[in-house]
Amino acid sequence: MGLRRGLLLLLRRILRRRNTKIGIYGAPNAGKTTLANRIIHDFLDNTEDIGVVSEIPHETRRAFRKEGILITAKGAKLRVDIVDTPGLATKIDFHDFLAYGLSEEEAKKRAKEATEGVIEAIKWLDDLDGVLLVMDATEDPYTQANIVIIGNLEARGIPFIIVANKVDLKNAAPARIKNAFPQHVVVPVSALKGDNMEKLYEEMARRFR
Amino acid sequence: MSGGGEEEKDIKLDLISEDRMASMTSMEKIRFILDGVKLGNIVVLEGGLTPEEQMKLIEMTMSEIDEDFAGIEIGSYPVKRGFLGLRRRTRLTIVGPANMMKTIKKDKDLIRAIISRV
Ligand SMILES: Nc1nc2c(ncn2[C@@H]2O[C@H](COP(=O)(O)OP(=O)(O)OP(=O)(O)O)[C@@H](O)[C@H]2O)c(=O)[nH]1
Ligand SMILES: [Mg+2]
Repeated sequence: MGLRRGLLLLLRRILRRRNTKIGIYGAPNAGKTTLANRIIHDFLDNTEDIGVVSEIPHETRRAFRKEGILITAKGAKLRVDIVDTPGLATKIDFHDFLAYGLSEEEAKKRAKEATEGVIEAIKWLDDLDGVLLVMDATEDPYTQANIVIIGNLEARGIPFIIVANKVDLKNAAPARIKNAFPQHVVVPVSALKGDNMEKLYEEMARRFR
Repeated sequence: MSGGGEEEKDIKLDLISEDRMASMTSMEKIRFILDGVKLGNIVVLEGGLTPEEQMKLIEMTMSEIDEDFAGIEIGSYPVKRGFLGLRRRTRLTIVGPANMMKTIKKDKDLIRAIISRV
């Protein structure tokens, strides 16, 4: 089976003639950009960031793609483009940004850009070969945003891995995420500290090839 | 406040039957929901929306958010798989204006929406 499978994979790669595009999705503040930066630092360039990380939600308001990242894990190799997307939300209230010290004008501008960002994230689903769905493990995972993303990935047949992020925090409960989505692969990590990233890379090499 | 109008005190619920839903296209459903929600109504759909329709609803919501409309809160049971996982069946979906539906607590078989007047 080794040879046949090898040939099929090779054929698929030639026919595809492009890198595997992996989108990073999830609610605002889940740690998507932190994770994207971590992957780029580990395999491409230790000094480069794909985007700005912030405690203010909707920091990422445009999708960004970083091309040609060669992920290696336990001998397996996977060449990917990483697409960091804006956090998916069903509501965006500019008042919420005022609490972070933004002026009313800044808050309204941020809200407007954030709504466009969500639409952009949704449109990107058309062009992806795989998704990392990031969830903040300190929060309730059973949100409608997560359920809708999973439902759409399933309907499109896009393979995905659930990343239970922020496990360095002491109130993190990755088990809650596993219980909420028992039929899916869940990998607990800390994108900030780099904990358990090896496991995530192995899983990516396995599922996104 | 002296008396106020009925409109100010009441919370309106639209409960849409599965039969009514079945006769509508996806776009008609989404338009119907958004129009209701923007008037301040809570819309409950028997039979629910598919994940694709919910994504479309989120997309449309985003394009209509402004200073007066902050978006929606939505809850629904996950899709139920039929025989051999082939047939997908959506169940119930509840949608309301984000400024009125404060929280939706969910479990696999329970949705609890907390609704308050603005
Ligand atoms: N403790 C801890 N904090 C994290 C981790 N990952 C991200 N954060 C923090 O969470 C906040 C949000 O991180 P971002 O990477 O900007 O989140 P995002 O998902 O890209 O957010 P949006 O772009 O707004 O959708 C920041 O304050 C990060 O420092 C983690 O693994 N552990
Ligand atoms: Mg971000």
